[in-house]
This record gives sequence, C-alpha cells and structure tokens, in this order.
Amino acid sequence: MRKVQPFAVIALVLVVIGIPLWLVVVTAGKSQGEALNPDLSLPQHWQLLENLRQVWTEGEVPAAFFGSLLVVVPTVALLLTFGSMAAWVLARRATRLNAVLYALGISGIVLPPAVVTVVLLLRQLGLAGSAIGMIGVYTGIYLSTVIFFVTGFVRTIPPALEEAAQIDGAGPVMVFWRIVLPLLRPVLATATILICLYVWNDVFYAFFVVGGRLDTLPLNLFRVASAGLYLNNWHLIFAYVVLMSLPLVVVLAVAQRKIISGITGGAVK
Amino acid sequence: MSVTSSAVRERSPARPLPVPEPPRRHHIRRQTHPMWFLAPAFAILLVFFFLPTLFNFVYAFTDWSGFKSAINPVGFDNFAQLAADGTLLRAVRITLVYAVLVALFQNLFGFGLAVLLERDTTLNRVARIFFLVPVLMSALAVGYIFQALLKPQGSLNHLLGIDYAWLGDTTWTIVVVAVIHAWKWMGLSMLIYLAGLKTIPEDLMEAARIDGASRMKAFWSIRFPLLAPAVTFNVATALLGSMNGFDIVQATTGGGPARTTEILNIFIYRTFGQGLFAQATAMSLVLFLLVALLAFPVIRTLRRREAVL
Repeated sequence: MRKVQPFAVIALVLVVIGIPLWLVVVTAGKSQGEALNPDLSLPQHWQLLENLRQVWTEGEVPAAFFGSLLVVVPTVALLLTFGSMAAWVLARRATRLNAVLYALGISGIVLPPAVVTVVLLLRQLGLAGSAIGMIGVYTGIYLSTVIFFVTGFVRTIPPALEEAAQIDGAGPVMVFWRIVLPLLRPVLATATILICLYVWNDVFYAFFVVGGRLDTLPLNLFRVASAGLYLNNWHLIFAYVVLMSLPLVVVLAVAQRKIISGITGGAVK
Repeated sequence: MSVTSSAVRERSPARPLPVPEPPRRHHIRRQTHPMWFLAPAFAILLVFFFLPTLFNFVYAFTDWSGFKSAINPVGFDNFAQLAADGTLLRAVRITLVYAVLVALFQNLFGFGLAVLLERDTTLNRVARIFFLVPVLMSALAVGYIFQALLKPQGSLNHLLGIDYAWLGDTTWTIVVVAVIHAWKWMGLSMLIYLAGLKTIPEDLMEAARIDGASRMKAFWSIRFPLLAPAVTFNVATALLGSMNGFDIVQATTGGGPARTTEILNIFIYRTFGQGLFAQATAMSLVLFLLVALLAFPVIRTLRRREAVL
C-alpha cells in the first residue's frame, strides 16, 4: 500500500489535472488552423506570445483587469469593515433582537440573491451598469458569509482585552479599531480569500448588473469565447485562459500555505 | 471593576455566582458595543439583498418586460404559463438532479483525495496544490477546457478510441456536467476532509488497533463517523452551490442538448436576455423558494446525524 501510493498519486495528478492543463497550454500555443480541433499534440511551431498579444488587445485585457480590480478591491474593503463591525456587536451583545438580526444577517449564505429584480432596483437608484452598483450587489451577497465567520470567531476571543482598554477610557470605535480588528486577522484572511475567489471569477451576477458596460476578466473571456466558438478560435480562448489564470497561479505558488490554512480555518471548527 | 466582573460572569455560567444585575449590564453593553455598529452592514443588506428579494415577490406577478414601459399586475399568469408548457417542473427537476449529482461526485472525489493524500509527505503536499488549481480557476474557463476535451473529435475520445458525444446526449450529459462541476470544486472538499481527518486524535486509532481491529474496520467505524462535521459542511455547500450554479453549465452546454441541462439560473439568464423580465423573475422566485425549502431540512438532518454519531 505504502509503496504503490506515490505512483498512484503521480498518475492521478497527471491524468486528472495534467491533461486538462496541458490541453490549455498547447492549444494556446497553436495557430488557428492547428487549433481548429484542439488536441493534446504539441504545436508544430509555438506562437504562444503572438496569441497572448492578440487576446491582450482583442479581449481588452488591461481594461478588464482594471475593471475587475475596481470591483474587487472596494468590495473586499467594505465587506471586511462593515461585516466585522456588525459581527463584533452581534457576538458581544446577546439580546433577543440581536439573535433575530444575526439570523437575518447570515440568511444570505443559503438564500440565492434575486438577480433579476436587483437590476430593476439599481435602475431606480441610478446605479445600473455602474461599478458602484456592482460593488453594492457583491457586498450584499457576501456580507452574510463575513458576518457568519467573524461572529463565530469573536465568540472565541475572551473580552478581557477589550475591557482593559475600556477601563482606560477608550470609546467603542477606538476599542474596535485598535483591539478587536487586529485580533480578527486570521478570520479576515480566510474571508478575503473566499471573497476574492468568488468575486474575481464571477460572471453570473456581472452579466445582470454590468453586462456590456464594464469590462471584467471573466466577462471578457465570455465575449472572446462566444465570438471564438463561432469562429473556432480555440487558440485565442485558451490564450485568454492562460492570461487570466496566471495571476492566480502566481498567488497560489507564493501563498499556498496561507491559502490552504485560510480555506480550512473557517470550515471545520 | 464592575465591567470586568460582569463580563466574566457572563462568560462562565457554570460557576455559582451572585445574581447579576441585568439592567445595569445592558446599560454597559449599550455604551461599549453600540448598536449603530450594525447600521452600515444592515443598510447594505437591506438595499442590495432584502429589497430585491422582496421585489421578487412583487414583480413575479406582473407583466414586466423589455418591450413596454408599463408594468401591470397579472396574478399567477407567469407561473401558469411556465407550468402549462412543462418548463417549470422540468427546470426544477433538472436543478435538483444536478445538485444531487454534484454533491455526490464532489464528496466522493474530495473524500477519496483526502484519504489518498492524508500523510504529510512532500509528494502529497505538492499533489494537494495541484488539486487546488481548479478551485482557483474561473468556472467559465473550466467549462471551455472540458468543452474542448469532450468534443466528439476531442482528446478524450481520441485517448479512449471511441466517438461519443459527451456533451450531446439528452440523458447522460447532465451527469457529465455534474462531474465537471465536481472536478472544479473537489480540491475544496479535499481540504475540508483533510482538516477533518487531522482533528481526529491518533491514540483513538491506536486503541482500536490494539483491540485487534483491522485497518479498514478501524477507519470506517472510528474515523469516518468523526468526520461528520466535515460531511455536513461539504454536502450542504455542494448542494446549495450547485443549485445556484451557472458558469460551468453555460460554458459546456449552454443548457443543451434539447434543454436537458437547463438548470434554473440558465433559464433565468436566457429569458432575461430575451427581455422577458417577468418570467425570469418568476423563475428566480422559484429558485429562492426551492433553496429556502430545501436548505433548512438538509442542514438540520445532517446536523442531527452529527449529534447521533
């Protein structure tokens, strides 16, 4: 058993993960004619850089990258600040009202957001198609996740530190900012990883809210691919996939230990 | 001083202490943990989450569409229409089948990987990272990769020496798409099962072995039941995540062949694109009710199993 295991692991990784990734890389390096029917063969002559350059301009990658950042960064900032403010008070003040508010606050973990009517609402608010509207929608969707994780975490922190600061005369804002937030760092790291994963890759909500009016990386991939499937541009689709995945692969390579402990940290007690 | 002692009292109810003074403690809490800290989060939730959900219950019963500006109430017409041509039941059935298949495959794959990669060898650590790559990738990209791989003249058929239309079978394609969905997320389930396995103390297994239990027996009768919290989390997230799924189905089949993989969100997206906003809203409400009705019993059942074990 122990002798076979390493070979089983290697074979499994090669087949289950290796083949799909290999297909992406070799197809991204082929010419249009060669990539017409994507297969696992090596390109006769590599033109990965040319293909990357072509999708860089045709897929408007710089604009899409900027659009994605424009949405993800404020979303994460708002979620972490407002989410942990709410979670702190919900965890520390155990009143009946707060129990109800907590249940409402975490209901979004389970309940699907109303994607169609949110468009109508944004129109009425004058936020349709704007980055602000998109940020608001993402924040509304994922606040539940943040409140859930952070409230659970606050309950495990003894309140003694906060009390010491209160006796020294610090107000709630000061206590929250100076004492509580730094203690929340591990759970906020977990939340950040999860949110980034969801928001960075989301197309579904983006279709409804900003479809066509703001470029994000997944939306532009969809555009390139929708045109590409019709024109049989598999080499461009996969060149885009390579470009889009590169930042993530770099992040994973650098911070894999943090990511692994971050993802699992919140899930199992 | 009184601040500290009241808080300590609250934290350790087991210790016999003099009766606390609730009004006074409330007063202190109000000062140290003011309710206005809840305001920004709940304002956002109200505007961007609860209000649209409320709108769902209103606009599903209107003739809101992209073709005219007036919106009039029409009662249950949208639902009657969706039910009459069989769309409603079919979409609900497909969504449920898809969710169950994804939950099944994702947990089987994730659990298998966790058991295979449990020991902390260098090779296993590297392998775990490889299985995390699909989790981080865009689901849309995953869909396109498998669309290319599973084409009738694609690589998989080439390797197997057959020519099966993996994504063109009206019966089995939904299973194939569920496997792809499970492939994307199995790394996450694996991590959670791994974390679950790690929490089980080594001496429990040792004791079992001393008592003469075989490896297999010890595993299934001791470690597996202790994984209940991980199972709860994984099954619940896989079920709910795939009921709300979209990207992978859209990128592989787009709901086809013959609409046999058209889960609710694909239908909502398609009808919304056609300007039939009221129908899309009606289906969105159906999805909401479906998840609301199913989520709580599912989580409760799994939790109860956890308690029994």
